[in-house]
Amino acid sequence: MNANPFAANPLFSYLLRLADDNLVHAQQLGALVSWMPELEEDIAVANLCLDHLGQARNLLAYAAEVEGAGRDEDALAMLRDERQFLNAVLVEQPNGDFGQTIARQFLLDAYQVPLYEALVASGDAQLAAIADKAAKEARYHLRYSTQWVVRLGDGTEESHRRMQAGIDALWRYSADLFAADDVEDALAGIAADVAPLRTRFDATVQAVLAEATLALPADPYQRLGGRVGNHTELLGHILPEMQSLYRAHIGAQW
Amino acid sequence: MTVTTGQEAFDTLIAAKQKIEPRDWMPEEYRRTMIRQIAQHAHSEVIGQQPEGNWITRAPSLRRKAILVAKVQDEAGHGLYLYSACETLGVARDELNELLHNGRQKYSSIFNYPTLSWADMGAIGWLVDGAAITNQVALTRTSYGPYARAMIRICKEESFHQRQGYEIMLTLARGTEAQKDMAQDALDRWWWPSLAMFGPPDDQSPHTEQSMRWGIKVETNDQLRQRFVDMTVPQAQFLGLEIPDPELAWNEERGHYDFGDIDWEDFWEVVKGNGPCNRDRIAHKVKAWEDGAWVREAALAHAAKRSAAAEPTANTVNAANTVNAANKELS
Ligand SMILES: [Fe+2]
Ligand SMILES: [Fe+2]
Repeated sequence: MNANPFAANPLFSYLLRLADDNLVHAQQLGALVSWMPELEEDIAVANLCLDHLGQARNLLAYAAEVEGAGRDEDALAMLRDERQFLNAVLVEQPNGDFGQTIARQFLLDAYQVPLYEALVASGDAQLAAIADKAAKEARYHLRYSTQWVVRLGDGTEESHRRMQAGIDALWRYSADLFAADDVEDALAGIAADVAPLRTRFDATVQAVLAEATLALPADPYQRLGGRVGNHTELLGHILPEMQSLYRAHIGAQW
Repeated sequence: MTVTTGQEAFDTLIAAKQKIEPRDWMPEEYRRTMIRQIAQHAHSEVIGQQPEGNWITRAPSLRRKAILVAKVQDEAGHGLYLYSACETLGVARDELNELLHNGRQKYSSIFNYPTLSWADMGAIGWLVDGAAITNQVALTRTSYGPYARAMIRICKEESFHQRQGYEIMLTLARGTEAQKDMAQDALDRWWWPSLAMFGPPDDQSPHTEQSMRWGIKVETNDQLRQRFVDMTVPQAQFLGLEIPDPELAWNEERGHYDFGDIDWEDFWEVVKGNGPCNRDRIAHKVKAWEDGAWVREAALAHAAKRSAAAEPTANTVNAANTVNAANKELS
């Protein structure tokens, strides 16, 4: 078996895993501004985008510092290729309709709330400080996405069908959020222990879907791989758009 | 004892340069003019999300991306305040939306031009927000109270946008050759449309006189345009960029810059719907609205179900209220 290349610098890899979830997710949300069902939701999606982007920047800046190779947040965001991105495959799934957008947001939020709350107690002070700010944001996000899951699930027949379709489409990408390997093992006391996160995530999902009169799909298949750079084909379309201008003018200041 | 009619009370307020408030009597034509103007302004903010939103996914740094998202979000927020101001005149936001979609109400023609490079994010902030501020600072003294107050709030954010746009231009103008070219090209494309934002010349602006008499307009189109040119020319010089107008020259006698003629034929074509992006902007807006219909219906249906439920359960209060609260926290 090959050695895990990401275990060579575990803290750097761990920070990229956390950062890339937010960066790719923010990139997706950015494309939705002006496309929402109401002006209020345009404002809300811009807020979500800004929060996730802010989290990504804090984590990338710290990752760059940990790496110590002279890269900055933009070099990490704009010059890594698909196979070097370590986000969970969930966040690279399409925006879809509003039901799917909300399903993706909800699953991410249900994971990030316990994640950041656990990381507040991280032995790494800088990571703990980043998590402290992010936890507050994540709790607001979860309230927002929960309310929409419930409204759509228990709204009209059509909204119920679409919200269920969103959950059905994305559930198979949810386990990748929790995929951990020797990167996390090497960071005892610094990284969050995934087992309790998964327990809290499952409890949140179960309670909210029940209130929304929705159900989890029966199909047990889960697509993993994002944490080691083995993505779905979609990421290879998201990154070129994000990186094109930066890469066309290497060395320029913006 | 004298009986004051509504008209007399209105005239007295206008003469004293005091504000007209929603409950005051006002001439029907004043109300109609005010609705048209505020709605057009609100629509402009909302449609204005699109040209800049076009570059969110491609912003060249994460910092610039964050600034751009925040700016586009501010514009949506301006749309919200202005729709609220318009609703005080007895018209519902959904009606206004409908009038925008079917083309019976307009938005600023400036947003019918495409954003073709990153430098357009600089040029729009600098010139388009700059022109908007010039207009809107004057409008803080407009006679309709809710509109004047909305303008005060909005102007603060617009001047922030203007500085950010100028800073993008400055960074590009001090950057690589390719970046300088990008900046000059953006100035070339946005200069004339920005001047046209102030509207037709005074002698061809049929509503100006009545609007001035009612205190809706405080300064004429040509006065505002001149102020904008005088303010912007030195800024372009500082950037080392050239304004695309061979007739532009300082006029010592007038104490103002002279400038060339605006192509009004082109301007009216764009107003009529024949600009490069008119169809796309409205099609985008209508598609977003239609795609969202099931969501809005679901929100209403859900709220109705919850309020029909005899006893709300501990963890489910009125859905509309909680979502509003969540939105407030998010903003
Ligand atoms: Fe605005
Ligand atoms: Fe603005």
